[in-house]
Amino acid sequence: MDSMTLNKPVQAAVTQPVKMSARDVKVFYGAKRALHGVNVDLYQNEVLAMIGPSGCGKSTFLRTLNRMNDTIDICRVEGKILLDGQDIYDPRLDVVQLRARVGMVFQKPNPFPKSIYENVIYGPKLHGLATRKDEFDAIVETSLKRAGLWNEVKDRLHEPGTGLSGGQQQRLCIARAVAVSPEVILMDEPCSALDPIATAHIEELIDELRESFTIAIVTHNMQQAARVSQRTAFFHLGDLVEVGDTEEIFTNPRDERTQGYITGRYG
Amino acid sequence: MSVTLTVAVLLFLSLAGFWLGRNRAVAVAGGRIANLHSVPTYYGTYMALWAGLPALVLILAWMALRGTVMDWMVLSAMSPEQLEAWARVMLAPAELEALLPTIADGASALTQTHRQLLLINIGNLAAGQALYVNPGVIDAITPAAGHLSQLRGLADWTLFGAVMALAGGTLAFTWSKIGPEFRARNNVERIVTALLVLCSTIAVLTTVGIVLSLLFESIRFFTKVPVTEFLFGLQWSPQTAIRADQVGSSGAFGAVPLFTGTLLIATIAMIVAAPVGLMSAIYLSEYAPKRVRGLVKPILEILAGVPTVVYGFFAILTVAPFIRDLGAFFGIPISSQSALAAGVVMGVMIVPFVSSLADDVINAVPQSLRDGSYGLGATKSETIRQVVMPAALPGIVGAMLLAVSRAIGETMIVVMAAGLQASLTLNPLASVTTVTVQIKSILVGDQEFDSAKTLSVFALGLVLFLVTLALNVIALRIVQKYREKYD
Repeated sequence: MDSMTLNKPVQAAVTQPVKMSARDVKVFYGAKRALHGVNVDLYQNEVLAMIGPSGCGKSTFLRTLNRMNDTIDICRVEGKILLDGQDIYDPRLDVVQLRARVGMVFQKPNPFPKSIYENVIYGPKLHGLATRKDEFDAIVETSLKRAGLWNEVKDRLHEPGTGLSGGQQQRLCIARAVAVSPEVILMDEPCSALDPIATAHIEELIDELRESFTIAIVTHNMQQAARVSQRTAFFHLGDLVEVGDTEEIFTNPRDERTQGYITGRYG
Repeated sequence: MSVTLTVAVLLFLSLAGFWLGRNRAVAVAGGRIANLHSVPTYYGTYMALWAGLPALVLILAWMALRGTVMDWMVLSAMSPEQLEAWARVMLAPAELEALLPTIADGASALTQTHRQLLLINIGNLAAGQALYVNPGVIDAITPAAGHLSQLRGLADWTLFGAVMALAGGTLAFTWSKIGPEFRARNNVERIVTALLVLCSTIAVLTTVGIVLSLLFESIRFFTKVPVTEFLFGLQWSPQTAIRADQVGSSGAFGAVPLFTGTLLIATIAMIVAAPVGLMSAIYLSEYAPKRVRGLVKPILEILAGVPTVVYGFFAILTVAPFIRDLGAFFGIPISSQSALAAGVVMGVMIVPFVSSLADDVINAVPQSLRDGSYGLGATKSETIRQVVMPAALPGIVGAMLLAVSRAIGETMIVVMAAGLQASLTLNPLASVTTVTVQIKSILVGDQEFDSAKTLSVFALGLVLFLVTLALNVIALRIVQKYREKYD
């Protein structure tokens, strides 16, 4: 089935401009093909959820969006991925600049073994976004506030970030990503290592962040996809099977594979 | 019947026990192995271990005690007349006078030294080496020598008999125990656990023994030379007078010059090894393509396997002349034995040690941290400097401390390249000496083991041991603490 044709009616329904778009993206690990040509658009200020059984290629696809796959030697990407109309795999493009615009939050909270304060200013410092102490202080405060962590840590900014609880660590990682003021935030199963309360916290946060950022989130949890996203993409065995309005995907899937997955017949 | 043959027969019995046990197990199972508690092999192993081990312990105990017991038996069988005849030939008149009043008590009247002498005479005669024995003595001790030969033959046969009886007994006992309900596997596992405990106990006891011998000999040294002089004295010249009229050999045991020498060379070594080792570890773990890493890492590890004496050649034949010539070029006179040459070569020796340890530590930093940094738009070098290195720092410090303790303990390179002169200096171009070199040069050749000079090596060894022990403990603590954080 050609996912391009599936895309079209949905595209018409969304009024926001396209932020990123993938055209016929294929990913190879050595000789093995992990993605067989994915076409999908990511609209500004929306949350796109990617669901599918393990090994379907959703995380692989997410990582192509800010070229995190570059760090894997045997990985090769074909096709085009555009950010504001510019090909991010263009050899002339600076991958450092790209990652400053497309931030990432990982599956396992990974705060650096530094203080909370230093974790947040790590990115801004690298990119020279601020120079004076009061500027850094302001970045730390706004970023932590946006990540909903400020009230919990404002009195211990200089304690190690690794000393926080799992949910707090993940919000710290979100604050760290937000601090660079990216345009897009990629989240790779950000709640899979967290308990339900911490998960609810992060989900609320994602909804708030949508006002300023474009978000792509990979999740195993279908309820989560239904709660936080406006559109959902279903991946299966390296194919993008179906993408559309979240409500429609969950109530009226067009493909029987999608239906099988969301009704719990497999996956 | 020699002990070797006894051991061989025992080994055979043990193998036979294995075969017996397995067959017996199969037989009692009535053709259905599943009826047995354990696999038949375990029954065999159980019998083999029981046949072999107790008898082996007996043999070892016998071998340890045999000499003492036989000596005691031979001596106590000697009559006072025989002893007196021997003493009249062998002892000085004054010693003889002292002995005669108590000679009726038999051999117990002899002093320790005399008893040793008598035993040596008897042993030589029994071995047929009568040439070395004074002819007048032969008559006196011939019965004793005959007694000894007889005892030896008897002893070996007794041992053989005892071993056979013990092994046979245990075989019979274990054979009778084998049945379908018998828990052979659990028993074998218990025996094996006991063996493992025994082996590690031997290792631990050896360490304890070494430390204790260092400690006691050091205490003997400190009765001759005050601790304060040893620890704070500024002069080291361990030559002491053997006779009172010898000149210029009062002996000075201030260890400070040795420790500064050791410190100087170890510092130079670390100045070379720390940056080179660390940088190569960073290259290997972060930048090197897989193929290069696969090639370079083994080569670095070969460097760690080069015998230190070869590094010693390298130091005297290549590095020292080079440094001397370089000095001559700038008009600085440098002796061909300098702390610099020894330190630099020692540094090269430690490089693979540092790089291999640091490489492990850097690899242990979770990939997720690197990903987090790349995901924020950091470059590779920014990630290494600001995330990987700080995270790996405790482990790297640990690696460095281990390398320092290695440098402090190194002897061969320093012996060959740095010299023997104990001068109190921090000038790297001068010739210095280290603790290990002094220990080695004092103990080379014949020594009397109660002079302050000889005993001083134990004190040096003790201090060296304490320093490296402390460094290792601190290093391992740091590395461990770091490991816990990420596992």
